[in-house]
Amino acid sequence: MATTSTSELVGRSLRRRGRSWVNTTIAGAMLFSLLFSLIVLVVLLADTIVKALPVFRSRGLEFVTANLSSQVDSAGIAQGIMGSLALTFLVIVIAFPLGVSAAVYLEEYARDNRWTRMINANIRNLAGVPSIVYGILGLFLFVKLINQGLFSVADGISGRNLIAGGLTLSVLVLPIMIITTAEALRAVSRELREASFGVGATKWETIRAQVLPVALPGILTGAVLTISRAFGETAPLLLAGAVLSQYFSVSSDAGLVDLVSNQPYTALPLIVYNFARQPETEFVQLTAAAILVLLGMLLSVNAATILLRDRVERRRG
Amino acid sequence: MNLERSPVRLTGGQSPVVDGSPGDERTSVVFDLEELNVFYGSFRAVKDVTVPIRKNEITALIGPSGCGKSTVLRCFNRMNDLIEGARVEGSIRYHGVDLYGDDVDPVEVRRRIGMVFQRPNPFPKSIYDNIVFGPKIAGRKTGLDDLVEESLTKAALWDEVKDKLRDSASDLSGGQQQRLCIARAIATNPDVVLMDEPCSALDPIATLRIEELMLDLKRDYTIVIVTHNMQQAARVSDRTAFFSVDVNEVGQRTGRLVEFDTTDKLFTTPAQTETEQYITGRFG
Repeated sequence: MATTSTSELVGRSLRRRGRSWVNTTIAGAMLFSLLFSLIVLVVLLADTIVKALPVFRSRGLEFVTANLSSQVDSAGIAQGIMGSLALTFLVIVIAFPLGVSAAVYLEEYARDNRWTRMINANIRNLAGVPSIVYGILGLFLFVKLINQGLFSVADGISGRNLIAGGLTLSVLVLPIMIITTAEALRAVSRELREASFGVGATKWETIRAQVLPVALPGILTGAVLTISRAFGETAPLLLAGAVLSQYFSVSSDAGLVDLVSNQPYTALPLIVYNFARQPETEFVQLTAAAILVLLGMLLSVNAATILLRDRVERRRG
Repeated sequence: MNLERSPVRLTGGQSPVVDGSPGDERTSVVFDLEELNVFYGSFRAVKDVTVPIRKNEITALIGPSGCGKSTVLRCFNRMNDLIEGARVEGSIRYHGVDLYGDDVDPVEVRRRIGMVFQRPNPFPKSIYDNIVFGPKIAGRKTGLDDLVEESLTKAALWDEVKDKLRDSASDLSGGQQQRLCIARAIATNPDVVLMDEPCSALDPIATLRIEELMLDLKRDYTIVIVTHNMQQAARVSDRTAFFSVDVNEVGQRTGRLVEFDTTDKLFTTPAQTETEQYITGRFG
């Protein structure tokens, strides 16, 4: 004992004790949580794909290009695809400029006082309001008040047009757009702003030429969230007037203005819902096929935005 | 990096002045600070500063941290306007014009009075775009290429970057970035260049290059520099203002000017004991 060498003593003190099972258990529990979430998703997706395959195998692209119908063999989702694309476009042109401008005002121009802080807190709350509430707002504000009240649009569809739907979705996603943009702006360093002011730039020149380009990747992240949200919403569109039925038609000679302001419309999530509630079992396959198309489109739009963001980031170096 | 010129400047301590040597009171005054007080809300950050800044000289503002030297510097180009609640009392005259007068546009002020900051802060753009941003927003459309070369040459950076003007400015080293920031500041053809501890984030070699550069730039510009490095003030400046700080019972720090004189005199025979203590304490 007396001759125990130093290395032996050190080796003994460094030896692994019997505590490692705690780490292993914790890591295992976390891995299980991850796998559980993944498995649920994979099963769901696989189930959908399996159910949808027969539709694509037997009908191919015809399913995507055909209009709604009560006949299982001929029911397609073209109107839903067009409607969803049109709604997304409207959200992009309405909610993006409004959201970015509102965020720029809040972050760059508004004084930091009690009012601003209150508004900020409320925007955060608005982002959590259930979407059906926005549907009611859309029904009242855009369908009843503006379309029927101000423009007294055509009798047949009574103000339930794409514009009402697009505005409702825009209002719904505005808080998300404002919050993500404001966060992106807040992350721009004071040093950069000072550098710009220092060479004699005005506030607007600083925002436009220095702050916004730096914040752009963050703003585009907000855009991805916004588009995803708008693309998948169903409830508010039900109230804001999207058609939920087995069949509807748009007059074939309708011009662009007529199409958005005076014709019925629907969107992909509503078609999914409508297919799913049909009693015939064959509609189960159509539902799955419509879901796949919805997911595919959503992924493509998001991927495009993310690619754009990466390009912006790379260009800035 | 070219080091051979550095030691020559260093040994002299004080650089020879071409015209209007320190002490020559006829040298024209660019800035005249009289009883300047700066407040943040109701709290007074700087008290009663009276300092003249002379043309084609380097004036150094030194003192312990929290003494308000940066705050004072940021009054020269109204950078304090950006801080909510900041307010100035007393007067700063720039060529006789009250800088805080009602009809003075701070944007115009900053075009004539350039600034270099503590940490190099180039725009996340190309070297070229960094230089031309200021002149472009001021309305300049022609001769931008020449201007870029001229500004970078003056900032002693041209030879290092002339082949990669389109590369991102963030790829440059810290010292190069700071010289780029100096080039950017002089590209708007200012009258004065303010420097807020321009070397505090740089290594000693890069620091020496910036100091040399300041001595070169003095011929064309009036320079005001804030530094926490007394040796630096002694090496480059013609006049020095020493600030100290008073802490009240609730821990608020108010800066005040202790002494203002030619750098030679302030560092060799200061009139105030406070100055002497600070200088000798630091020199150890």
